[in-house]
Amino acid sequence: MSDNQLTKHFQDQIDQEVKIEPKDWMPEGYRQMLIRQISQHAHSEVIGMLPEGNWISRAPSLRRKVALLAKVQDEAGHGLYLYSAAETLGIDRDELIAQLHQGKAKYSSIFNYPSLTWADMGAIGWLVDGAAIMNQVMLTRTSYGPYARAMVRICKEESFHQRQGYEILLTLVRGSEDQKAMAQDSLNRWWWPALMMFGPNDEDSVHTQQSMAWKIKRKTNDELRQQFIDATVPQADYLGLKVPDPDLKWNDERGHYDFGPIDWDEFWQVVKGYGPCNRQRMRDHIAAHEEGAWVREAALAYAEKRAARLETAVA
Amino acid sequence: MKKNWPLWEIFIRSKNGLSHKHVGSLHASDAQMAIENARDVYTRRSEGVSIWVVESKHITASSPDQTGSLFDPADDKVYRHPTFYHLPDEVKHI
Ligand SMILES: [Fe+2]
Ligand SMILES: [Fe+2]
Repeated sequence: MSDNQLTKHFQDQIDQEVKIEPKDWMPEGYRQMLIRQISQHAHSEVIGMLPEGNWISRAPSLRRKVALLAKVQDEAGHGLYLYSAAETLGIDRDELIAQLHQGKAKYSSIFNYPSLTWADMGAIGWLVDGAAIMNQVMLTRTSYGPYARAMVRICKEESFHQRQGYEILLTLVRGSEDQKAMAQDSLNRWWWPALMMFGPNDEDSVHTQQSMAWKIKRKTNDELRQQFIDATVPQADYLGLKVPDPDLKWNDERGHYDFGPIDWDEFWQVVKGYGPCNRQRMRDHIAAHEEGAWVREAALAYAEKRAARLETAVA
Repeated sequence: MKKNWPLWEIFIRSKNGLSHKHVGSLHASDAQMAIENARDVYTRRSEGVSIWVVESKHITASSPDQTGSLFDPADDKVYRHPTFYHLPDEVKHI
């Protein structure tokens, strides 16, 4: 088949909702877009462990501690499912990690904000995982088979993440005045960065159109953001917390909440590396990777030695 | 040249009576480690009772370019299906 025919056959498959599998022919642009998106997603899961890992040893009770530990462990698992999906596209793990360390690959900007108080463990679970779930539920129907399957596993595990976060805040708002104030402060700091997680407005998003045509994404950034706001505002109301947006109000005609403008300058600053914790996150990831190198080498040396010994024993 | 841990494909039996099913892949230095990592990565919520690990390089896959020619011998053999044979309704349990 000629390239034109291959491209047409490929788009026909997509249009008929037939999943693309690793060995199928695909346009180079599709492969590159997937590698970029899946690796960025994988890196986000892994870097996302850092702000929460910060609080494991300081959780206020054993119940909270086992829950947070299990959540952070899940995020490591999510990173691994996604790296393994990315590797089916013909790139190896090492290269993906190298791209992260060189700043060529990004991760979600939300993880460049610090987790200052225990209430942040509540807000992160509720808002950050909540926003991630909106995106990930959509991605269970993405056109690339291994990515879609990884998303199904991830979504099954995510709902406990969001619930445990909300439960933390629920406990705080039912506590002392100080505890309630801590919960409110946390919502104030995380609300806008959570909305930015969905990415730039549709008219400023360079990849959206192609991504939708290939059915990698199935909803636009703005659609997902609106969906998140509509689901989350009533949850904030239930907590008795105030969403830090003076323009936020229900619009009967649209059947959606209206909301105020997002500070995109802040978003781009953080993306470009000038957020509060960018340097610290990258430093910690690089250190963990380098300090673990001898373990990887030793395990490999041991495996090779044992394989050689087995061979002589058989011979 | 730096060497990396090889890639393994992971298959999990979710309960006795069912076949092992492919769930994904992971890196490990040897088969034992692959099983332990698979337990941590793919069965954190009791999703399995048995794990198979196979180094990815040992799997030979059919090529999607040949899907047509590879599978077409089966496409025109309707007589392999029970509905090809017409029997009167009065005949039961067949
Ligand atoms: Fe996750
Ligand atoms: Fe999560």
